Amino acid sequence: MTYPEQFRYTKEHEWVQVEGDIGRVGLTHHAQNELGDIVYVDLPRPGAVLEQGKTFGSVESVKAVSDIYAPVSGEVVEVNSALADAPEKLNADPHGEAWLVKVRLSRAEEIEGLLTAAGYQQYIGA
Amino acid sequence: MLRACGAGSLDELFAHIPEEARLTKPLALAAGKSEYEILDYFRAREAEMAGGYASFLGAGVYRHYRPVLVDTVASRGEFLTAYTPYQAEISQGTLTHIFEFQTMICQLTGMEVANASMYDGSTAVPEAAMMAARITGRKEFVAAGAVHPEYREVLQTYARFQGMPIRAAGYDRETGQTDLAAAESLINEKTAAVILQSPNFFGCLEDIQAAAEIAHRRGALLVAVITEPVSLGLLAPPRDADIVAAELQSFAISPSYGGPYAGVIATRQQYVRQLPGRLVGETKDVRGRRAYCLTLSTREQHIRREKATSNICTNQALIALMATVFLTVYGKEGMRELAEQNLAKAHYVAGKLPLRFTAPFFNEFVVSARGKSPAAINRTLLEKKIIGGLPLERYYPELGDCMLFCATEMNTREQMDTVAEVFAQ
Repeated sequence: MTYPEQFRYTKEHEWVQVEGDIGRVGLTHHAQNELGDIVYVDLPRPGAVLEQGKTFGSVESVKAVSDIYAPVSGEVVEVNSALADAPEKLNADPHGEAWLVKVRLSRAEEIEGLLTAAGYQQYIGA
Repeated sequence: MLRACGAGSLDELFAHIPEEARLTKPLALAAGKSEYEILDYFRAREAEMAGGYASFLGAGVYRHYRPVLVDTVASRGEFLTAYTPYQAEISQGTLTHIFEFQTMICQLTGMEVANASMYDGSTAVPEAAMMAARITGRKEFVAAGAVHPEYREVLQTYARFQGMPIRAAGYDRETGQTDLAAAESLINEKTAAVILQSPNFFGCLEDIQAAAEIAHRRGALLVAVITEPVSLGLLAPPRDADIVAAELQSFAISPSYGGPYAGVIATRQQYVRQLPGRLVGETKDVRGRRAYCLTLSTREQHIRREKATSNICTNQALIALMATVFLTVYGKEGMRELAEQNLAKAHYVAGKLPLRFTAPFFNEFVVSARGKSPAAINRTLLEKKIIGGLPLERYYPELGDCMLFCATEMNTREQMDTVAEVFAQ
């Protein structure tokens, strides 16, 4: 699995891709692989305000429920509603189709503090 | 033995027991009796002093007939000594009866999913309230004053330490029902749930549908509380509620000085992940045969630790089994007949007594002593081997001359007529 160069990553295994003032947020391939079969994703509603480093949802696999942490601060503008009926997409395509939320960034400079693809892969020992 | 536990004398061993509670003279028993003679003696005293009483007490604990099959099944070693069913492969019996329990609770309450039981009704209510707070993301409650006062105390204990305020909605002094207009005025954008009991503590039926509309209009959920589930044999299930929290003592669980009982929470499928407690699901084994398992355990404390939906990570399996056997013995038709008997008897005796409220009721109702003392009425009844109603002053000072009476299938016409005579005196 490749970790896209244009993404930024957290040590809590989320990724964010910024286009303009919108950040698309997801879980990393490594996270889904460690969790195993994902059966449910609990996400906020549009309008919710995220704060970097704070939990904003949870992902449930057959093994455990894990919190999802916000890689960036901002307001949720869109939620990937397809995951409600097909959470297994998170196992199949975590860096693409199975993004979680889109956020309007309130502190764009936060991106600078996140890991690069190389840095993240080094962190997880990939 | 005294030496082994470090006490110098028998008196020293009991020194921590207050003086006034200690027996300072020998028991008034003839000396030199054998064990069976002593047992006979006490059984005879029991028959004289404690047996043969009729009861009109309700208020959250009800006197219903316990079919003999209940103890026959519940005392079987397979059920009585079974450990919690973590290992599905060897726990199919326990898992099956819990699944049947959940299914019957759903049929009774009109909800889509029920958990494997809670400790009792009083703890089910705050657990339901916390569930509503998680679902709505809000942190305040509006609770009807006609919810069982002791349930409200338990709710208060939970809410206080979570920093969640509770507003009390009063009752209509004429009807005995919750003043829904007043309740509505207490709901704001922070209200997670409106908590309403029906039949309420006074026995009065509440308008669950209207309360649900009021709550939903402001984005809050409705938690329906049930202390007398036999009422569901006759009344429409609280389908408009979002969460139902019930006590099941009425289902063949003996009063036993206050417990152990079983409670339950039932809700809509969409809220299942916020439902506290254990949940049994039906599945298939590797050969495609029907099997049962604990499901959605990732919500629970033994897996999710401090982020679990609740710190209740067990259920009242044996007590819930009694309720399950009870419901199986009665069946749908039997439950209806049982509820009809309760309704008919309560309305028979209520018809001879000065009722305090005007709202429709099931098997409980508030009677006004009309200037007489409730305690004096109960003393007169006790002389006639009848345990009377609950004086309400302790919970509702404004109802100082009122008593809460309950009549069930266990009360005879003779007993009920005696109550009426005492009131007429």
